Order: sequence, then C-alpha cells, then structure tokens
Amino acid sequence: MQITAPDRIHAPSFGTLDKVEITEAKGTALSNKIPVFQIDAGSQDLVKIEFVFPQGGAASQPRPLVSVGTSDMLEEGTMHFTSSELAEQIDYYGAFTQMEATLDFSSVCLYSLNKHLPATLPLLEELVKNARFPEEEFKTYIQNKKEKFFSDEAKVANVARKKFTQLIFGDAHPYGHYLVENEFAGLNRDTFADFFGAAYSADKCHIVVSGKIDPRLGDLFEKHFGGEDWKRSAKNNILSQIPAAQTHSQKKHFVERKDAVQSALRIGRLLFNKTHPDYLGMQVLNTVLGGYFGSRLMSNIREDKGYTYGIGSGMVSLKSAGYFFISTEVGVDVCSNALKEIYFELQRLREELIPKEELSLVSNYMLGTFLRSADGPFALADKFKGVYDYKLDYTYYQNYVKTIKNITPEELLALANKYFRQEDMIELVVGKM
Amino acid sequence: MIKFNRYTLGNGLRVIVHTDKSTPLACINILYDVGARDEDPERTGFAHLFEHLMFGGSINIPSYDEPLQRAGGENNAFTTNDLTNYYLTLPAANLETGFWLESDRMLSLAFSEKSLEVQRSVVIEEFKQRYLNQPYGDVWLLLRPLAYKVHPYLWCTIGKEIRHIEEAVIEDVKAFFKKHYTPSNAILVVAGNVNQEQVKEYADKWFGTIPAQPRPLRNLKAEPEQKEYRNMHVTREVPSDAIYMAFHMCSRRDPEYHTMDLISDLLSRGNSARLYNELVKNKKMFSEISAYLMGDLDKGMFVISGKLLDGISFKEAELAVFAELDKLKQELISDKELQKVKNKMESTILFGEMSVPDIAMNLAFFELYEDADDINKEVGKYMAVTPEKIRTQAKLNLKRENCSSLFYESQNKN
Repeated sequence: MQITAPDRIHAPSFGTLDKVEITEAKGTALSNKIPVFQIDAGSQDLVKIEFVFPQGGAASQPRPLVSVGTSDMLEEGTMHFTSSELAEQIDYYGAFTQMEATLDFSSVCLYSLNKHLPATLPLLEELVKNARFPEEEFKTYIQNKKEKFFSDEAKVANVARKKFTQLIFGDAHPYGHYLVENEFAGLNRDTFADFFGAAYSADKCHIVVSGKIDPRLGDLFEKHFGGEDWKRSAKNNILSQIPAAQTHSQKKHFVERKDAVQSALRIGRLLFNKTHPDYLGMQVLNTVLGGYFGSRLMSNIREDKGYTYGIGSGMVSLKSAGYFFISTEVGVDVCSNALKEIYFELQRLREELIPKEELSLVSNYMLGTFLRSADGPFALADKFKGVYDYKLDYTYYQNYVKTIKNITPEELLALANKYFRQEDMIELVVGKM
Repeated sequence: MIKFNRYTLGNGLRVIVHTDKSTPLACINILYDVGARDEDPERTGFAHLFEHLMFGGSINIPSYDEPLQRAGGENNAFTTNDLTNYYLTLPAANLETGFWLESDRMLSLAFSEKSLEVQRSVVIEEFKQRYLNQPYGDVWLLLRPLAYKVHPYLWCTIGKEIRHIEEAVIEDVKAFFKKHYTPSNAILVVAGNVNQEQVKEYADKWFGTIPAQPRPLRNLKAEPEQKEYRNMHVTREVPSDAIYMAFHMCSRRDPEYHTMDLISDLLSRGNSARLYNELVKNKKMFSEISAYLMGDLDKGMFVISGKLLDGISFKEAELAVFAELDKLKQELISDKELQKVKNKMESTILFGEMSVPDIAMNLAFFELYEDADDINKEVGKYMAVTPEKIRTQAKLNLKRENCSSLFYESQNKN
C-alpha cells in the first residue's frame, strides 16, 4: 500500500463536546434508613464501599487532632479483633481499607474483590461499629503522629499551606486551625472513643458503593449494617455552629527559613464554595490563570522565565466556605521577581479581555478534563459526592458544561475585577526573600 | 484478561492496540527505550532534561501542549533509570490530534535554544525542589553511588550534580535525539474507545512515514558482585534519624523477580506485614518502615528504609532488621502467610487494571520487558512462588555482604 506523507503543518480536525453523560447514582435505603447510593459500572469484579460520616470531620469539633486521630485509629483494634488480627484478615482477602478525615467529613472505605465480600464486610462492620481505641496503640499512634508533625514542619510547602489557611480563615475558624505541638498533650484514648461514639452512628451516615455491583450485596449490607444496634445515643459533642471566617487584616506575611534553597509562595483570598452563582465562572477564570499546564502563570513563570518547576492556582470548595489560592516554590534569588509576575498576571486579567482563541482552548481543555474526571466507577462515585455533599444535584454538572462553553471574555473580565483585586489578596512567603 | 492487537511498522515501530468501549476517552502511550542508564557519566541528567525538551516544539508544530489542550487532551511524561514514557488522554473522537503531535516529535524536534535555556533552569529548580530543599531529599544521591560502583544506576535520573545540567548544549540535545528517539527504539500503545482499523490507518499515516533509523545498541558495564558490607553515615537537618539499606537483586526480567517482589510484601505490605508488626508495633524501634524493589531492568535494588524512634541507635535498628531477614532465610514461611501476599497481589493487579491509561502503560512496559502478553500471565507467576523459593532468594540476596547501608542522622532531634 502506498502511503502519501500527511499534512503535518495543520492540525487534523477535531470535535468539541456538546454534552456529557454521567452515570448517576441510584438511591436506596437499608431498613434502619441508612441511605445507600449505588453506581453500577466497570467490568472488573470488584467494588468500593464508602461510609461517609458528615459529623466526623475536623470542623465538627474544636480540636482537629481528635477527628483525624479517631479516623486513623479505627483499625487499631475493635471489640472482636486486635489490630493485628484485623490487618491480617484484611490483607488475607486482598482487601484495602482507607480511613479519611477531612475538614468536612470522615469516611471509612473498603475496596474488595466481589468474591471475598462475605469475608470482608464483617471486617468493615467491625470498623464502623466496634472500634475500641486501646491505650497501648493510642500511645504509639500519638508518638508516630508527632514524628510526622515535625517532619511536615520541616518542609516550606507544608508550612505555607497551613499558615495560609490560618491567615484566610482566622484562628477561631476550624478551617484556619494551625496545629501546634502542645495540642498533642491534651489527648487521651477517651477523647477519641467519645468522638467515635458521637459521630460514627447509623443515623448520621450514608453509604456510597461503586463498581460492579454483586447481586448478594443488598442482603449482605442488610445483615451487617441494617440493624438498630448502632444508632448511638452518645452525648453529642459536635460543634453546631461554624463561626464566620476572619481573614487577617495585614496583607503581607513572611516566615523566615534561613537554610531554604527555595521559598514557598501562597497568594489568595477568601471566596465561596460551589453553591455560589459565581463559582462556575471563577473556575474558568482560575483555569486561564493557573489551572492547567498552559496557563498564564505556567507560561510566564515556568516556561518563559524558568523561575520554578511548577506553579498553579485553584479554587477550594469546602462545605461552609471556599477560597482561592496561587501556589509555587521558587529559587530564593528570584522570589521577588516571581511575586511581581504573579501580580502582573492578575492585573492583566482585570484589564484585558481574554482573547477568544485562548478562551476556546481553555474551554475545550476543561471539557476534556471533565470527561476524564467522570471516567470509571470510582470517579463517578466522586462526581456523586461532589454534588450530594453540597445538597446540589446532577444539574450542577450540566450547568458546569454550559458555563464552560458559553462564558464570554467580558463576563470573565467582570469577575476578575470583582474577585482578583490585588488589595484583597493575602500574600505569604515561607523561606528567604 | 486484557486483549490487544500487535504489529510492527516497516520502520520498526511496535504498535499495540487495546479496545475498551466503556470509556469516552482514548489514550496514546509512547515508551522510548532510553533512560538515565544510557547517559554519558559526564553528562548525567540528560535523559530527563531531554524529556522536558520534548515539549518545546517539534519540527512542524511550534507548541505541543496548546493544540492538545485545544482538543481536550492532557499529557504527561516521566523518565526513569531505564526508560522514558510519554502518555496522553483525550476524548476518543479527537484521537488523530494525538497521532499528529506524537509522530511529529518522533520525526524531529525544533531544537530551539530558548527552550533549552528555559528547561535547563526549570530542571535545576526541580533538582532543588525535590532533592535539596526537601528533608531526606538527597538520599538517592547518596545511596546509589554507595550501592553501585560501575553500572550507571549509580546516578539518579535528575543527574549527579546540577553542573551537568547547566553545561548541556544544543549539540548534545541533537545527538541524543538522533540516537535514541527512533521508531525502532519505541513502543506505541493506543487504548480506549478506539477501533482497530482506524488506529492502523492513523499509525501507517502518521508514524509509518517516519524514516527508519538503526536501533541503538546498549552495552553497559555489569555491576560486579558486592562482597563486603558498605556503610555511609551523614548528618542533616531533618526531624528524625532514618536508615536505608540497599541490596542487589535480579532484573525485572528474571523469573525470580516475582519471588523478590513477594518478599518485599511479606516484609512490609499492609499492617500485618512482618517489619511493621515486629519493629513498629512490638519492639517500637521504628515509627515507619518499608521494603520495596525498584523494578530495574538491569540487576536492580531491593531497599528497606525506615525512620528510627528516639533513643534507638543505628546499629540496634540495623541488627533488628537483619534479625527479621534471618527468619526468612532460616524458616520456611507458612502457606497461609504466602497465600496472603499472593491474594493481595492478585487484587492489586485487578484494581490496577481499572483505568485505560494504566493498562496502556503496562502493556508498553511488558512489551519492553519481553512480551506484552505477559500482562496476562503476571498473576500466575506470583501464584507459582513457593515457600522454598522465598527462602532461597532471601538467602541469596538479603545478606550483610550484599548490603549498602545509609545512616541518615538528624542534627536536631526533637
């Protein structure tokens, strides 16, 4: 077959996405009313089962270590098993567990092959119902956690991340809490056990299942989780009210690290979460600025100047607030130049319309990214959680696609003038100037 | 079971196609059989620097990223001591955009001075960010030359020192491209919601028209057998003492690789593993400890690393690790314990086959090792490991005279 040389100069034609199809979660409930959301997708015979406890997050109570510690220690021994026995069985059946405590919720997750579910679900049951927080394990845990704390404090990027949210939300706000060493002192195993009793309960959770749904799963769930035995009556020591954020009044902050080779920079401000009408438009504006590899910050500060290995910006949506940030690590000698260029890019967004070409590129890129983010059963579960946790529904994603496709340079300019004013930005440098 | 088609183009490029109609995406993975081990010892870090330059424009296309993003695509790349891998995903309907971009940079780069200058400083910042400004960041810069005296695994992919990157000139870039970035030195995998005929047509059109080049020969010095225990002790500003023990082992291609992999799992996979149970939980000597292998294509490294708790000396810690290794050498492990790590491996492999890009990359790796079809034989190979094999390999490899230990001491213990 004779093949002629192709036209290598011009890009082949390509299409843009018109709409996205997302496999939606199907809701049911166990007989004790625990909501169960199922995403039946994927071809491998396996499943991810996630228990979400909305009151188990760090923001639910005044001491963040309590939420994280409770979550971390669930596997350290239960009523029927020691930690080693639990670990032994989880490993024997090739299962994986994942305990997570974020600011807004905690979760207990089991990944299992379907063929092993009758053996692995009783283990999951032990974790969510019968964690015991043994004294001995508690001591080891705290000791190791402290080591980790000191090791994190040694990295400029970690210090910058923690310090930055403190500046944005203020000390009194649970999102702004800066962990310090002496908080380790006031803890004991009872603090964890009490929090477990209050936050991990059948009437304060929901279940998200994703993967190839085994026909036996409904019955197994009913057997292990459907009873009245774990609606707990423990005294509720959960914070009911989250205080308003108090951003620091001083704009520029510097934490010196004399031996730093690079400085970590964070610039940003308090904004809003995904329930706000401007959130979707701001997602587009943020992507133009620093949300992808070809972004303005990357093109200018990495690709043109070579000041950094990477720079990016993001919108963080939490349950009761949100913020915007720019983050990078740069050589200490170019720190002030990098700051200058960052403010220059914000200014450009306030003063000049984004060219049509660039906007269509960003829009196509975001649509592709969206497609990737909804690919596969576990990703679809995340898509579900991304709306359910905010009391939104799947129309959010259709609106997201619509906004990406239709937003105009004029609208983005208006958003930049509303939210990207230099005088509203908090600036933090950790390292050397 | 992962199904695929495989063929070789006239210029020597190997093509593998895997179809999965359940995803809206397509993925292109190109692996070049060149890594840091192929570098001149006086020009280290070059394979990785070159990976950066692959994004600085090709002969007909000034920007790689822009048109890809415009077609809704995303890409990344990485360099190891053995290989360089590039991958992109995009909406399946836009597959040809990926072919256009990847084939043009295999044809020829733009070799721009500006791009070289910028990527040099980006890589120098990467060097600082990952290896210098990070607690324990220089471990591999120290451990590799301790374990290797001759073989090029003695340097890291980032390079031996920043100076080598600073001194790179455009002639080096051109020569490196000409020698290693040839069709016969690459493996192309296309996966996702694609059809076989369409991919064949695109492959012929975009890659088949690239002229053939000879495949470079690799002739590396083998690392002589280590006959004596080696040790190095450094002091740094880090939060706690850490120990790193490297043992020489077989290649990823060796039939005994799977045995060694399961040994690392017995030692440190999950919270029921031996090192965690004995040294973290029971003896409380370490805050964390793990064992892993690097998966090197030449004879590689098996590493045990851990952070010491306060009051534990390096000598005690090292002895305690060797005591655990001795158990593997002296006693046969129970069938149940072995079955545990096999089950875990089986499910790890199945969970790893849930994403199309991961499947594409693994197909490319297995084709490079020997044969893409081995992807479907992996579970069986792990299942065939016996307690006797575990003991034999432990005896052979995990001995003191085959060990290089790095004691990484904290200057300011808390």
